[in-house]
Amino acid sequence: MEHNSQAGAALPAAYLAPGTSSFVDFLRAQAPELLPFNRVAPGARPLELAHGTTIVAVAYKGGVLIAGDRRATQGNVIAHRDMDKVYVTDEYSAVGIAGTAGLAVEMVRLYQLELEHYEKLEGVTITLDGKANRLGAMIKGNLEAAMAGLVVLPLFVGYDVDAPDPARAGRIVTYDVTGGRFDEHAGYHSIGSGSVFAKGSLKKLYDPDADQDAAVRTAIEALYDAADDDSATSGPDMVRRIFPVVITVNGADGAVRLSDEVTAQVSEAVVADRTRG
Amino acid sequence: MTLPLYASAEQVMRDRSELARKGIAKGRSVVVLTYTDGVLFVAENTSSTLRKVSEIYDRIGFAAVGRYSEFESLRVAGVRHADLRGYQYDRRDVNARSLANAFAGLLGSIFTEQIKPFEVEVCLAEVGASYGTDQLYRLTYDGSIFDEPKYVVMGGQADAISAALKDSYQDDASLADTLRVAVNAFDAGSPATNSDRSLEVAVLDRKRPRRAFRRIQGTVLAELLDSTKAKPEEPAAPAEDTSTGDSGKES
Repeated sequence: MEHNSQAGAALPAAYLAPGTSSFVDFLRAQAPELLPFNRVAPGARPLELAHGTTIVAVAYKGGVLIAGDRRATQGNVIAHRDMDKVYVTDEYSAVGIAGTAGLAVEMVRLYQLELEHYEKLEGVTITLDGKANRLGAMIKGNLEAAMAGLVVLPLFVGYDVDAPDPARAGRIVTYDVTGGRFDEHAGYHSIGSGSVFAKGSLKKLYDPDADQDAAVRTAIEALYDAADDDSATSGPDMVRRIFPVVITVNGADGAVRLSDEVTAQVSEAVVADRTRG
Repeated sequence: MTLPLYASAEQVMRDRSELARKGIAKGRSVVVLTYTDGVLFVAENTSSTLRKVSEIYDRIGFAAVGRYSEFESLRVAGVRHADLRGYQYDRRDVNARSLANAFAGLLGSIFTEQIKPFEVEVCLAEVGASYGTDQLYRLTYDGSIFDEPKYVVMGGQADAISAALKDSYQDDASLADTLRVAVNAFDAGSPATNSDRSLEVAVLDRKRPRRAFRRIQGTVLAELLDSTKAKPEEPAAPAEDTSTGDSGKES
């Protein structure tokens, strides 16, 4: 405690205290004003804020992928055309976000740090179920804001390095606003305003034994279908060369964001096929 | 036990220094060296889980000798400090210098205010964009801070190892060569042990995109050590190219 008296540079005593390996818990104790949650004035009414829209996740043989469109809307206006809604969160996991964009981006940043912080302090990575539960806890922390309209809903995908069957190690986890965690065993899922249409598309196209390339194609088809019927989801933008973001997670390469060239190629193929048909 | 009524400040500080120095001298050594692609950490450590070398942040690594529980709490504080700074500002705003200052302040105040000082010596390393821009900070138990240009030696046999490194360290050398130099220096420090000393090796690799820290262990480490093992017999006198070290680049 005495070291606190040292002016300026010295570290506060709490930094040295043994205790949590969770960065969120540390932040809650040391600098709660930096947390993205619980900053809602009582009686606040929903604002017109930018919203993210359709995210799809597809499990395939040997991995799982997550893909998102690029549009954020504010009422009837397109707020952002090239927003990233899916993020690599650590070596074997990725998260896609739907809901209030500003809050969601901040939450993903904190979640990435949460995983890395634990890994550095403990010297080991969190298990896949542990990662999924930590994300649930963060969503639960945001409940008060969600009640005031600032909803953030993530879709979590990960590759379970401890899984007995590496071909089926890709996992998809969804959440509700209370932080409830649901494992999706169907092999595909979608969230956001265009999810109804994306899910319909995935239901017909999904093949559990597909390889990664086929799964990427399925995901982009589903996003195209969502964009077709949902005004808040963007399709491939051929004029500005803006295409969906796809992150694949597999055992060999870990979580990797596909390059724009690859997603452009697949998107163009999807559009070309539909143009003819 | 009876406390003396008066002890001069000088005496108190000397006693504390002696205690800390004795504690540190008991432990095994750690060497931190810069090489062409980054910073190399080599520690003698029989445990594969209680680490002496670890990652603090994207470009910052940590190595320590002395009492484990004490430098472990410093390491945790360092990670918390760095992660909080990076979250508040940006990842690029986290640097080893501010962390070294924070550690120095902390160690200094513990040394003067607490009954027992931390029996630790710590090195914070930040990898730069090219050889020669790496930063190595050595911090001692009393909060003194030293900026070392090329390598840092800490722990029990520090003097012997430094003496060996002074002659054998090569500028801008490869990873394998630098590792060999470090291992040979350890041999100079304690020649009694056989060649199978348990090493904890890690690098801050400047070519890695974000998190530069990487542990080298298992077969990778064995191969790396083997690749240079035959060499000392042919060049015969690696200890002779002292000053420039340009000639030591053959592979």
